Amino acid sequence: MAGKRAAAITDRRSEAPGDVAARVRAVLETVMDPEIPVVSIVDLGMLRRVEQGRDGVPEVVLSPTYTGCPATDVIRRLVEEALAKAGLAPVRVRYELSPPWSTDWITEEGRRKLAEYGIAPPQLKAHGDAPVACPRCGSERTELVSAFGSTPCKALRRCLSCLEPFEHFKCH
Amino acid sequence: MATATAEKLAPPKAADLVTLALRLGDDALVLGQRYAEWVGHAPALELEMAVSNLALDLIGEAQLWLDLAGRLEGEGRDADKLAYLRDVLDFTNLLLVEQPNHDWAYTVLRHYLYSVYHRLLIEGLSRAPEEAFREIAAKVLPEVRYHVKFAHSWVLRLGDGTEESHRRLQAALDRIWRFTGEMFTDDELTARLEAAGFPPLASGLKAAWDEEVGRTLKDAGITPPQPRQMITGGRIGHHGEHLGHLLAELQFMQRAYPNREW
Repeated sequence: MAGKRAAAITDRRSEAPGDVAARVRAVLETVMDPEIPVVSIVDLGMLRRVEQGRDGVPEVVLSPTYTGCPATDVIRRLVEEALAKAGLAPVRVRYELSPPWSTDWITEEGRRKLAEYGIAPPQLKAHGDAPVACPRCGSERTELVSAFGSTPCKALRRCLSCLEPFEHFKCH
Repeated sequence: MATATAEKLAPPKAADLVTLALRLGDDALVLGQRYAEWVGHAPALELEMAVSNLALDLIGEAQLWLDLAGRLEGEGRDADKLAYLRDVLDFTNLLLVEQPNHDWAYTVLRHYLYSVYHRLLIEGLSRAPEEAFREIAAKVLPEVRYHVKFAHSWVLRLGDGTEESHRRLQAALDRIWRFTGEMFTDDELTARLEAAGFPPLASGLKAAWDEEVGRTLKDAGITPPQPRQMITGGRIGHHGEHLGHLLAELQFMQRAYPNREW
């Protein structure tokens, strides 16, 4: 298996029937993170897989992000509502802890959307010491203002070139 | 020291696993509540964000452990029921985490002393024989490491800061030291679980804690008071006056409107 990330996201061993799974995934790509409305939960790497329950009901298996993230319950409800609205109910939604989510699971698309929105995306864990570039002007001359931002996942930084503050999605 | 091979280990008792999960959950819940008390009163705006994020991490962790305790117990209790419907005598948290915040120096020092122990404990638990414990430990470990970094940087900042910050930090250490022994106090539960293959849960963590904390205190220029009687009792529900007040606030809504949900 090509690495934990691949296994967690693309594991299709207990995949629901092709067309159902594809439709569910398509809906989940429209469920946006409540705090960062430009990225979907799929962009964030939260979708582990879509399974077929033993009773035939499809199951969406998600990964929680930060332990104390207050959006976790909200996201579950948003997923249930979106699936119901798309006529795909009944569907069960559950969270699985293991393997633990990492910011490495955020897709390339997700990273691009974060930067476009003004949030510096997280570095890959293997490059934890890489400089954080300003999402506005691209300069790598940035400094940490506060390890804690408006949400547990973000830190506050300042660009020393264009002087604008910005948030940085922390590597986790 | 004899080591037990896998075949000779007796499985842990279910009741012991419940109690361990409760202890882990109660420590996190009470400390989370203490951090939440700083919201609106933190010394700086940046720290308002910090305390709420730290509190959220801890309360999220408490939810995981308390939900596990409820599942293992099998009597229909979940994290909400355990957090809101137990009284003081049934709480199993360390006395260390229920102490009031006093001032910022005491708060960060308490957090640092607890977090180093907590990180050592969680690192061990990520290799526990029970999968449910391993899973939660693996999930919270990166966040606990973050907490150690945060608290450590503040201990150094205050210790090596102004005359006042140094004085307050030393006073905090003098006041808190007697509560640090409980983290490393073995009891029958820890003995049974360790015999069943669990990693060190108490005294086995002390050497590493002493070394790491010792270096930090030296860097911060503060000295622990002379050896004193260590105060214990939290693990068996013998709490001081403080926990009662904390729970009265935490549980107010359930006490005023029993079984109400919103």
